[in-house]
Amino acid sequence: MGYMTINNRRVEFTDEKNVLSVIRKAGIELPTFCYHSELSTYGACRMCVVEDERGKVFASCSEVPRDGMTIFTNTPRLQHHRKMIIELMLASHDRDCTSCAKNGVCTLQALANQLNVSNVRFENYKKERPKDTSSDCIIRDPNKCILCGDCVRMCEEIQGLGILDFVSRGSKMHVTTAFDRPLSATECVGCGQCRIVCPTGAILIKRDMDPVWKDLADKNKIVVAQIAPAVRVAIGERFGLPEGENVIGLLVAALRRLGFDRVYDTNFGADLTVMEESKEFQERLASGGKLPLFTSCCPAWVKYCEQKYPEFKDNLSTCKSPQEMFGALLKEEARANADKESRKTVVVSIMPCSAKKAEIKRPEHFTAGEQDVDYVLSTVEVSRMIREAGLDLSNLKPEAMDMPFGLASGGGAIFGVTGGVTEAVLRRLVGSHGQETLEFISSTGIRGEDGIKEATVNLDEREVKIAVVNGLASAGKLLERIKAGEAYYDFVEVMACKSGCIGGGGQPAWRSSKAKKSRADGIYEVDRTSQIKISNENPIIENVYNGILKGKIHELLHTR
Amino acid sequence: MLDKSYYDKADEIIAQHGADQASLIPIIQDIQAEYRYLPLELLSYVAGKIGITEAKAYSVATFYENFSFEPKGKYVIKVCDGTACHVRGSTPILERLYSELGLSPEKKTTDDMLFTLETVSCLGACGLAPVMTVNDKVYPAMTPDAAAELIQDLRG
Repeated sequence: MGYMTINNRRVEFTDEKNVLSVIRKAGIELPTFCYHSELSTYGACRMCVVEDERGKVFASCSEVPRDGMTIFTNTPRLQHHRKMIIELMLASHDRDCTSCAKNGVCTLQALANQLNVSNVRFENYKKERPKDTSSDCIIRDPNKCILCGDCVRMCEEIQGLGILDFVSRGSKMHVTTAFDRPLSATECVGCGQCRIVCPTGAILIKRDMDPVWKDLADKNKIVVAQIAPAVRVAIGERFGLPEGENVIGLLVAALRRLGFDRVYDTNFGADLTVMEESKEFQERLASGGKLPLFTSCCPAWVKYCEQKYPEFKDNLSTCKSPQEMFGALLKEEARANADKESRKTVVVSIMPCSAKKAEIKRPEHFTAGEQDVDYVLSTVEVSRMIREAGLDLSNLKPEAMDMPFGLASGGGAIFGVTGGVTEAVLRRLVGSHGQETLEFISSTGIRGEDGIKEATVNLDEREVKIAVVNGLASAGKLLERIKAGEAYYDFVEVMACKSGCIGGGGQPAWRSSKAKKSRADGIYEVDRTSQIKISNENPIIENVYNGILKGKIHELLHTR
Repeated sequence: MLDKSYYDKADEIIAQHGADQASLIPIIQDIQAEYRYLPLELLSYVAGKIGITEAKAYSVATFYENFSFEPKGKYVIKVCDGTACHVRGSTPILERLYSELGLSPEKKTTDDMLFTLETVSCLGACGLAPVMTVNDKVYPAMTPDAAAELIQDLRG
């Protein structure tokens, strides 16, 4: 608590961790590469340097605010330093911007522009290193890396994995996996959080736009899109629409113009998941089956659990994830109508996620030899396809989804945010359906940003203990506690990415935690404004259980 | 996969230093002293035992020039190429050794696993320049001929 002088103006500070936060609070957007408020402070990029009244230059991210401090953020000396840093970074950077996937959204490019860097005087002495395209989710291009270490700290501190680290020293230093293994040979779960913080094109999500374009142009194919809950509150940002605004109507309109034959809602798939997962939970509770029941919607979490805690594999729900349940259902319907419809059905999931790209290739997600979901496009890929077609989301008129699978409950919608799966399952399991019950469930402590959230709910005279895990590092901590017998739960939801799917690796990178909060608000608004709150009250759900799913529930909706 | 004896030895070394993160460097130093190199399999094994990620262990081991992931020869020859040795003629010595042993800056160890040839930046014996060491025994005031003779002697 105190006052400091920034550029001759008095600025109050309270509990800010560092001088940089105070400067930013004062409305000065000091550039940074290696500073992210949720990660530890690294102090390597030196872009946030400031000068004090005696001419001492220091990195503001690594300095604690003190009362009476006097600093300057934009002196000629600092301008010179910042420009020089950018120039040196650019010198050893693969500057083929025009064909880079980050072109236009690259922090390095933006800062070089912002700081008016007009000349790079140095030669690139860095040895060219091969791209790693081995993973189904993530591409690494070491030649674009500026060694800020954001990915290293994200993977280790927030996700608890530590797949990437710095290797070698000095001019030979680079970021890579243990023993330079290809990413596919590591325990990388494909969550893509490294790509969210990467300021350049060094880490990218694998693209599947080309085969989708091809199928969209193919007259012998029916291309069906399903849109995940978290996509609609994030894609608008790429078209200058407000953060967190639900733009589902505009997205549907755009997808139809791209040539999608049907546009459905993955929220409907989530409704199916609620039905199956609640049933499984009730059965396990009644029969003394393996508890806690772990949710299985998040493929990054499923892979993490299988790799790191194989002893808990049977605790994972046998339910497929919403996109896979829905994919299996759509393909089953296509097979049933094969005599009337000769065109082949192609299912394209539009997801906020990079790990979903690997999920669709797992053997349990094939039915009758056919892949249930053919392609996963990330939010970012779809925004690029819309732009490639010369469309602007903000100029379209909203359209409604196709029926029947365009109808979903609010319970399905909140799958996109941490705690949402649990909330939707509880809505289904708690008997009464009034507003009071909904409010009670939402206030049990399962909402919010904490790493581990706990709640106790009475279900059929039984006290049920619930944990909601937000971020993979917290999952590791919770599993260790369960293993050691220090904690007991009946139901555990895990979302690998912080905040849930709204913060997924396939989303547009957010600039602040406020942006992520707006997305969560957007999701809850979808729920608040839906007439149907509880998955089993979705009339289409009843139809499919009495129709296409009859006798095939387990085969189509479960993994084992 | 290495022979089981390697893992037993690693267990023994880990037990000596204690299985905690801070012991990483002393543990891998001892492993390298034992085998004259640091087998990647053991680095990965140690990481698991002391509770750090493989990437972190690899990061630390690659930071220091002294850790080698390649098996080294019976005789490790270090030719000093520090300033004093360089001006007093370390380059001709090095070149003679390369041709004598059939080695190069890329190929550091002979196929018969007898010799490994490395350069070092300074051995701290500038008064004896040009200097080289064989398995840490110091040979002062070398010439290309003396170096070649030494190789013949070591070959026996």
